Amino acid sequence: MEGADLMSAPVVCMRELHLRRGSRVVLDDVSLDVYRGEIVMLMGASGSGKTTLLRTVAGLEPFDRGAIDVDGVSLKHGTSDAVVLRALRTKVGMVFQSHCLFEHLSALENVSLALVHVLRVPQASAQTRARELLEQLGVGHRANALPRELSGGEAQRVAIARALATDPPVLLMDEPTASLDPERRTELAAMLQSLVERGRTLVVVTHDEDFAASAATRVLRVESGRLGPVQK
Amino acid sequence: MSKASFARLVWTALMFFIVPATAGSPLSAQTRQVLRWAGDPEGGAPFVEASPDDPRHLVGFDVEIAALLAKGLERDPAFVFVGFASIDQAVARGDAEIGLSGIEDTPAHRSAMSVTLPYFEFREVLAVRDADAQRFRSLADLAGRKVATLGGTMAYEILLSAERTHGITAVSYDDDAHPYEDLVNGRVDAVLLDNVVANRRAKKMAGFTVQPGSVATGHYVGVLAKSNADLRDRCDQILQAAMADGTLESIFRTWGVWNDDQPPLYRRVLAGEPVASVVGFDTSDGVSAVSRWEAARRYIPSLLRASVVTILLSCTSMALAVALGMVIASGRVYGRGALRALLTAYVEITRGTPILLQLFVLYYGIATAIRLPAFIAAFLGLALNYAAYESEIYRSALEAIGRGQLEAARTLGFTEWQILRLVRGPQAFRIALAPMTNDFVALLKDSSLVSVLTVVELTKQTQIFATNLGSWVLPGALCAALYLAMSLPLSALARRLEQRWKAPTS
Repeated sequence: MEGADLMSAPVVCMRELHLRRGSRVVLDDVSLDVYRGEIVMLMGASGSGKTTLLRTVAGLEPFDRGAIDVDGVSLKHGTSDAVVLRALRTKVGMVFQSHCLFEHLSALENVSLALVHVLRVPQASAQTRARELLEQLGVGHRANALPRELSGGEAQRVAIARALATDPPVLLMDEPTASLDPERRTELAAMLQSLVERGRTLVVVTHDEDFAASAATRVLRVESGRLGPVQK
Repeated sequence: MSKASFARLVWTALMFFIVPATAGSPLSAQTRQVLRWAGDPEGGAPFVEASPDDPRHLVGFDVEIAALLAKGLERDPAFVFVGFASIDQAVARGDAEIGLSGIEDTPAHRSAMSVTLPYFEFREVLAVRDADAQRFRSLADLAGRKVATLGGTMAYEILLSAERTHGITAVSYDDDAHPYEDLVNGRVDAVLLDNVVANRRAKKMAGFTVQPGSVATGHYVGVLAKSNADLRDRCDQILQAAMADGTLESIFRTWGVWNDDQPPLYRRVLAGEPVASVVGFDTSDGVSAVSRWEAARRYIPSLLRASVVTILLSCTSMALAVALGMVIASGRVYGRGALRALLTAYVEITRGTPILLQLFVLYYGIATAIRLPAFIAAFLGLALNYAAYESEIYRSALEAIGRGQLEAARTLGFTEWQILRLVRGPQAFRIALAPMTNDFVALLKDSSLVSVLTVVELTKQTQIFATNLGSWVLPGALCAALYLAMSLPLSALARRLEQRWKAPTS
């Protein structure tokens, strides 16, 4: 677990998360601690529950038992309190597999929207910050493009910039390599590395063994809603 | 809802059963020819009405005159139901041989149709509220006041002319019952209609006085197609005979409308003297007396003014419909059980009932509680109706926004209200734009329905023009051109907006 800060309390702490959809157990008493500076990769077959686990941390999946703590914000099972959910979401940024950029807004507006309306940053400063982020991620020249005009790689970078805009300590990514060619995957691995170097913690769902091997500080297997042994 | 309009509805339904039953009877077809005569039972007694004892039966003096003419022609009378304003057109295109329904002898009728001899003389009389009986005795006393009448009649022409000479405001109605209702409840200050209608109404309603003096004198006639002058001449002979032998007198006595005005008329008719169509009102200025182009030139300003009413009404109604539609759609998507049920009920009731009924309820139905001005009632009626349709467009558009978009917004920390305002709403609006434009163009045309609330918009003004001119060709073409001039730029604007905001495809 090189680079991870094991001395302090975990940034993400899941305790006995249990989630059932109908008769199917999706998460079966999952417990996991993730420390600052880690890049944890979750791998597993389709339907194993890895994406659900990620969504649970983002407050998108209500669960039946257990608790989640992200950087001091606790979410218990059965909580649908909008204030608690929003507090949790200020602690995590999420990059969706299909990017889910706001279709009607330019790349720049996608990144600045939450700054203006959630963090109440003045429009001008929000735009400056958004532009900086897009520059850092190498898509500054696409600031005025609409999502439908972006390539898969560009859209992903804009989605990462959007997730980072509100400066959350934890970044969650779902299948980030799905829309990338091999060259771009190497670039992405480097980018993730630079993010943890700046003090962030990453939890990433992926199918891509090579990518996991090259970028992760820890790889976990998810099988039938349970966490398997540590791989790395 | 007006009783008259319900009567029309019931009649239309009845005619479906009655007309084919009589027309299809092999006996009548083989033995005797029929005289098809057009009339409007909405006009009511004493002209033509469904018998109170047996609604399948028509009664009225025009019904008896039709029977008299048919008998003289050795035919069987067959009634054809036609709205009052369309009787000329129906006769001209051959749906019926003759129109009889308290039809006025006017220069327009004389130039466009074959008109029978006048069979009844009426006087245009003013009705005012009882309290005003002393101060409003003539049109000159009504300067700055609203005076109502039935649209497309000589009385309406007189009022239009009095707008210029006496500074009154003419208000046109589609039927002759509501002007008196609105007189009594204060929406208008006087009603000008013929003495037959006024006296009939005075028997049923209290609160107004019919002034003894007359504004003008006119006559009821039968109208036939221009090319049907032969049949007209035979009808004239039958009418003359009925005047001479007292048959007409006894018909009018039965209906309680016989008076001292009729014997002098009959004497003149029987002596072969010419009878002026209208006495006491100069009709030489009417559009039917001038060339088509001159008529169009005179009517274009009023058609343009009516177009402004149409545009104003459509734009304001659509704006409110859009705003309400968004609120209803949001309530149905985000609201809880009771609110959702309430809004669903609103949408279903509004979509499931005719807009005409809703307009009537707003204007006449609730008049005892809230007396809405005509334009406001029209604006609200259209807006509330279209809000139901718009809300369905927005609801489906809101539901078309992918879950990913909403989840992405949630993970960024937006509240549900912010998500609706910043992400879901704007995207849904782009999807809704095309059907919305479609609805706006539909509203532009549906706005013609508000003429039942006395709002003179483009279609109503066209109808007035056509009635006075005795032809629909030129007024219809001008009306169509004006509607297109309004709707085409709108479609173009919508296309440009759609181009700019191309709805997301994924």
